[in-house]
Amino acid sequence: MKAFQALDGLVVPLDRANVDTDAIIPKQFLKSIRRTGFGPNLFDEWRYLDVGEPGQDCSQRPRNADFVLNQPRYQGAQILLARENFGCGSSREHAPWALEDFGLRVIIASSFAEIFHGNCFKNGLLPIVLDGATVDRLFAETEATPGYRLRVDLAGQTVTTPAGELIPFEVDAFRKDCLLRGLDDIGLTMRHVEEIRAYEARRKATEYWLFD
Amino acid sequence: MTVHTLYEKLWSSHVVREEADGTTLLYIDRHLVNEVTSPQAFEGLRIGGRKPWRIETILATADHNVPTTAARAHGIADPVSRLQVETLDANCDEFGITEYGMRDPLQGIVHVIGPETGATLPGMTVVCGDSHTTTQGAFAALAFGIGTSEVEHVLASQCLVTKKLKSMRVSVEGELPRGVTAKDIVLAVIGRIGTAGGTGYAIEFAGSAIRALSMEGRMTICNMAIEAGARCGLVAVDDTTIRYLEGRPSAPAGGAWDAAVAFWRTLVSDAAARFDAEVAIDATMILPQVTWGTSPEMVTTVDGSVPDPAAERDPVRRDGMRRALAYMGLQPGTPITEIAIDKVFIGSCTNARIEDLRAAAEVVRGRRVADSVRLALVVPGSGAVKRQAEAEGLDRVFRDAGFEWREPGCSMCLGMNDDRLSPGERCASTSNRNFEGRQGAGGRTHLVSPAMAAAAAVAGRFVDVRTLCRSPA
Repeated sequence: MKAFQALDGLVVPLDRANVDTDAIIPKQFLKSIRRTGFGPNLFDEWRYLDVGEPGQDCSQRPRNADFVLNQPRYQGAQILLARENFGCGSSREHAPWALEDFGLRVIIASSFAEIFHGNCFKNGLLPIVLDGATVDRLFAETEATPGYRLRVDLAGQTVTTPAGELIPFEVDAFRKDCLLRGLDDIGLTMRHVEEIRAYEARRKATEYWLFD
Repeated sequence: MTVHTLYEKLWSSHVVREEADGTTLLYIDRHLVNEVTSPQAFEGLRIGGRKPWRIETILATADHNVPTTAARAHGIADPVSRLQVETLDANCDEFGITEYGMRDPLQGIVHVIGPETGATLPGMTVVCGDSHTTTQGAFAALAFGIGTSEVEHVLASQCLVTKKLKSMRVSVEGELPRGVTAKDIVLAVIGRIGTAGGTGYAIEFAGSAIRALSMEGRMTICNMAIEAGARCGLVAVDDTTIRYLEGRPSAPAGGAWDAAVAFWRTLVSDAAARFDAEVAIDATMILPQVTWGTSPEMVTTVDGSVPDPAAERDPVRRDGMRRALAYMGLQPGTPITEIAIDKVFIGSCTNARIEDLRAAAEVVRGRRVADSVRLALVVPGSGAVKRQAEAEGLDRVFRDAGFEWREPGCSMCLGMNDDRLSPGERCASTSNRNFEGRQGAGGRTHLVSPAMAAAAAVAGRFVDVRTLCRSPA
């Protein structure tokens, strides 16, 4: 897995609550059997004026100039600023694949849906939860300041504003460690093979019908 | 004596190993696999030189991409969909996994066939690369959706790395009014607590109204626990659970059945167990529900009207409501019963089981789909549901009324096959998500119960199903 340590990146504000995974990557693109190539179709229905289909050359499609990701000042953004319950809906890991493939590495929101939140960590994306008032303030600063950037330090668990303000954030220690080092968590689990077998033996003694 | 919630019992019996910070290796008893979220997991398994840990715990089916028309006998026309379904077939062949493929009589929506085959049993942990795995919590199984990386993790190790959730009890007490169903209960719950209200929680649905429901109804409720943000929904084991499971092909039999039942009876929250959050709902006050917006929490009752964003104080919510109404093409103050529909979809893992089809057919019987309705679809949840419905003559009821009677699959719940809404089309749907574009780009979804969808099909607009009820109670 791709590691994440720190980033100084341009911020793009997506000012709406309950952004669901159907919006992040619509269903027709889930037919792919690959993990890559979803970036051009990130937020497809909001970014383009036509209806997207798999295999299109997206550079030729009509764009919705009003959508924030299409605005010139946010080109090259690596940090997505979002509202509450970001990533709600389906478990599709295609959502973080699309965000990552597009070039985003950090998502800051006041809350995330759980499955999406977990999926991010498996793909080198860092989801950061900040309180609603701080998120409100970051939205105001981002929109008021062309070229607004934030510095994100995972090891130190801080977001630093251009004014030098340090905003601390919480992150699960295990997920943090995996993300910092780019660890494959299947490899970590396989260190406990003997414990898994011992567990199965215990279980077999009580709920034997599950092991017929 | 220590007391425990049902969730705590299920959790603690599956802990393989726990770190000091609560990070837990949790054992998985049943792994359901579909064609959409598994190809990259199998590919990862191969790249890592790994094999599935316990093949017999895996059950696969193709549901999202499959066509629902008779033409499916000739295969899938869309080459991209076809490749995905064939990839599942090939992966199951390669690793020796049981699969109910597109042509198998047992094929169906994964959350319908898990329970109906008895593959889902009380006391299990059940995972699937699909958020609606919550459905199976109706059996007092700890059942939740996972991403593709976790699908690979479970294939490789039979375990997941996770942390314990908080517990919430939603108590629904009292008798449901006539014409009000499980779908209305869960939409009312989501309307109350919001789509993030359950985030971080396992929700146990309890109370006399839940105990009075069939397993089908309980599955509908647990199915939409994810729409309240909860990772899983649960209902305690009772006689209804046991009766449903007896004789199912993969349920234990003989002496093992008796032992299993004795154990399953313990899968209830202890009387004095404490929950981290409690929500109380009065079942007698629930009316038929209809969503008006682009999130399941944007819901009202059939006698209500489209709300006015101007009355909302919170600016983010107000903007969300305005955007939703613009997308839905609705004006504030419009009575719900004045909203005309173009299509009707009766199906999905929420509402495509036999009881759902019976409820819809009861409303439709002897009536006609309104001329203004372009398409009314009934898509059974599985081959078994379809055959049962046909044995009861329900297919004739629907066909005679002008519905199309289709082959099983996820269909227009998310439109990965050809069953979709066109831009601007409005649909009365028994599915679970009314997100923008969910049923087709630009499509407008209103979530309702099967009976309410049937009533809307007949009237051409939303109508209180209670005005069409024929039975005295």
